Amino acid sequence: MGPSHPAMHGTIRIMVELDGERILNSEVEVGYLHRGFEKTCEHKTYFNLLPYTDRMNYVSPLINNLGYVMTMEKMLGIEVPEKAQYIRVILSELSRISDHLTCIAAMAMECGAFTILLYKMKAREFIWDVIEQTTGARMTTSHIRIGGVRSDLHPGYEEVLKKAVIETRKVLKDVSGLLDKNKIFMDRTRDIAVVSPETAINYGWTGPCLRSTGVYFDVRKTFPYLVYDKMDFEVPLGERGDNYDRYMVRMKEMEQSLRIIEQAMEKIPKSAARTMAKGMEPAEAIKISREKRVDKRIVLSPNLEGSEKDKYQDILTKSKKVVVPPKEDTYTSIEGLISHFKFFMNEHGIRPPKGEAYFAVEGGNGELGYYIVSDGTDKPYRLHVRAPCFHVMAALEEMIHGHYVADVIPTFGSVNMIGGEMDR
Amino acid sequence: MEGSFITTKFNHILGWARKFSLFHYPFVTACCGMEYMSAACAHFDLDRFGAGWTRFSPRQSDMILVVGTISQKEAPILRTVYDQMTEPKFVIAFGTCAVSGGIYDNYAVVQGIDQVIPVDVYIPGCPPRPETVLDALIKLQEKIQNQEQDWKWKKRK
Amino acid sequence: MEKKKIVEELKQKFPEKIKETSSDFGDDTVIIDRDFLGKLVQFLRQEPYEYTMLLDITCVDYLGREPRFEMVYHLLSLTEKHRLRIKVPLSEQNLSIESLASIWKNANWLEREVYDMFGIRFYGHPDLRRLFMYDGFEGYPLRKDYPLRKRQPRIPLRK
Repeated sequence: MGPSHPAMHGTIRIMVELDGERILNSEVEVGYLHRGFEKTCEHKTYFNLLPYTDRMNYVSPLINNLGYVMTMEKMLGIEVPEKAQYIRVILSELSRISDHLTCIAAMAMECGAFTILLYKMKAREFIWDVIEQTTGARMTTSHIRIGGVRSDLHPGYEEVLKKAVIETRKVLKDVSGLLDKNKIFMDRTRDIAVVSPETAINYGWTGPCLRSTGVYFDVRKTFPYLVYDKMDFEVPLGERGDNYDRYMVRMKEMEQSLRIIEQAMEKIPKSAARTMAKGMEPAEAIKISREKRVDKRIVLSPNLEGSEKDKYQDILTKSKKVVVPPKEDTYTSIEGLISHFKFFMNEHGIRPPKGEAYFAVEGGNGELGYYIVSDGTDKPYRLHVRAPCFHVMAALEEMIHGHYVADVIPTFGSVNMIGGEMDR
Repeated sequence: MEGSFITTKFNHILGWARKFSLFHYPFVTACCGMEYMSAACAHFDLDRFGAGWTRFSPRQSDMILVVGTISQKEAPILRTVYDQMTEPKFVIAFGTCAVSGGIYDNYAVVQGIDQVIPVDVYIPGCPPRPETVLDALIKLQEKIQNQEQDWKWKKRK
Repeated sequence: MEKKKIVEELKQKFPEKIKETSSDFGDDTVIIDRDFLGKLVQFLRQEPYEYTMLLDITCVDYLGREPRFEMVYHLLSLTEKHRLRIKVPLSEQNLSIESLASIWKNANWLEREVYDMFGIRFYGHPDLRRLFMYDGFEGYPLRKDYPLRKRQPRIPLRK
């Protein structure tokens, strides 16, 4: 079952030995999307390698960003302002919902339920609208930066976010009405590829696949990070560990993610209303700055939104060495200019202390961990990613043993293999 | 001069028929696949251009949509799939990784599809917005309309 | 705190086998010799520590330092809610270590990946071959002396 198959999951090759339709032996071959991420990262500075991290688990891109950034913050020992933490939580829960939506859409499409794909893509468009209006890109955003977030949530975000939540709830209700008690779907997924909790732990599974076997482990609850300890949400568990349970755990997790988003929307600290004094044009400000320091606000072009000084205290940390300085400083004062080019210059920039750190966040598939070894320069010495779906795929040979060829498709779909994450 | 009006008209009709019934084979590997799914589904529809139905077999399709990064391990498979397609066939390189290797300039990535198969339309973007995809499809349709259609009896002579 | 005790307890139980312990940035790390790996892992899997999950196996290439390579194992205990890192330095002359594939099943693929990228042999591994790179690829890509852009195409490329 070859490397390019029309399932929209990724490239993987499963060689099966059959007896009629039953699978006797199988072998899984991976690596068709190996893009050399870890070696490339050894040649880029810490700031430059953010876009590479986006493209690993491409259905939930902001969570990859988050994992990398939190590992760096652990090494550098910096504290992120509270509003930025809430923004990060909202964005990563939106990414998680979009991950689960895509997984179930593809799984259902292969079982023949094409309408589920269309409904879920519709819901995903609303979510991506929110992400686009805040970050500027639909998918690969590089929005979460070391020290905070790149820019604040856009003005008027509440309506768009509420609309996305309402539409997603509608779609979830429709889909669960279509698939939950559907005899055909249940026949195809119940008791197929059952995994026991001991096997799952032995294989190193984490995430929805582990929770579907009944083991309670969620990185957000066990090792809480950001503001998850202030949120009230449940962690759904399955019973049997078959395909149907994996599907149900994902559906329920999406509902919990929506709850988290609603709580975050209420609890997010509002930025103090600032009197927007009339600004001056940059050219005038530069002229004045040659004689004396400029105190008034400068009117920046819309492309530089998010780089203004008055927003920085909400979204970025106070530590100066790890963030790009605000544009007003860069244009008008010599210290700002120096700190700007020292940030980007070769051999300068973000330089964490020597040592190594590991930090894990809860990705769409499980525990996404980053292991960074630093030797004091501005480029990482070694960057390794603990990909959650790598371990789940290692178990696939055992899971499909003894089943029919047609069972491979929903099994593979429920496991949510993302090629970019597995092969890095 | 003989039959040139008829042959150009026939050319025109054949081009019209071919461009509005493109069956594509999505060779999806990486992140651009998500934008492909968005472009093919209800919000930005590919079906209204006649390219709706994905044919899940290269022998039955006349357009291959190479979506995402092609690694060195995957290159022979792309070549095999392209060889299995029947004439007339068209190739669209979707996304920067397919066009030129993208941000990955290392030991494992083919620097552009055109090192493996000939390409008709290139779509840049990482990932490209669905409107770009639709624009590329229209450009391909124009190209099909305007090119010399190859007819069977011409070749047999 | 209880978490710190684990590293100290290990140091008390095996004073000569454990070369070094550290807790940089809050991560508990233990550096041991390559012969001791199997026994330490079996010890940690039992009560009361119960490090039952192997999170990750990876390797770092310190070119120019002797010993050159260093294997890194991450373990997780679900009951203690604690992560532990075990580091095993390996020198270039003797690039092999015992395999954990009989204890944890995901070690099978993880060790294949390390073999593929670094060239470290795991004795006792049931099926040691390349995972990400294709047959016919020469060299070990993630070593520091493999150039980033050295391509080995599988089929002849046009242009």
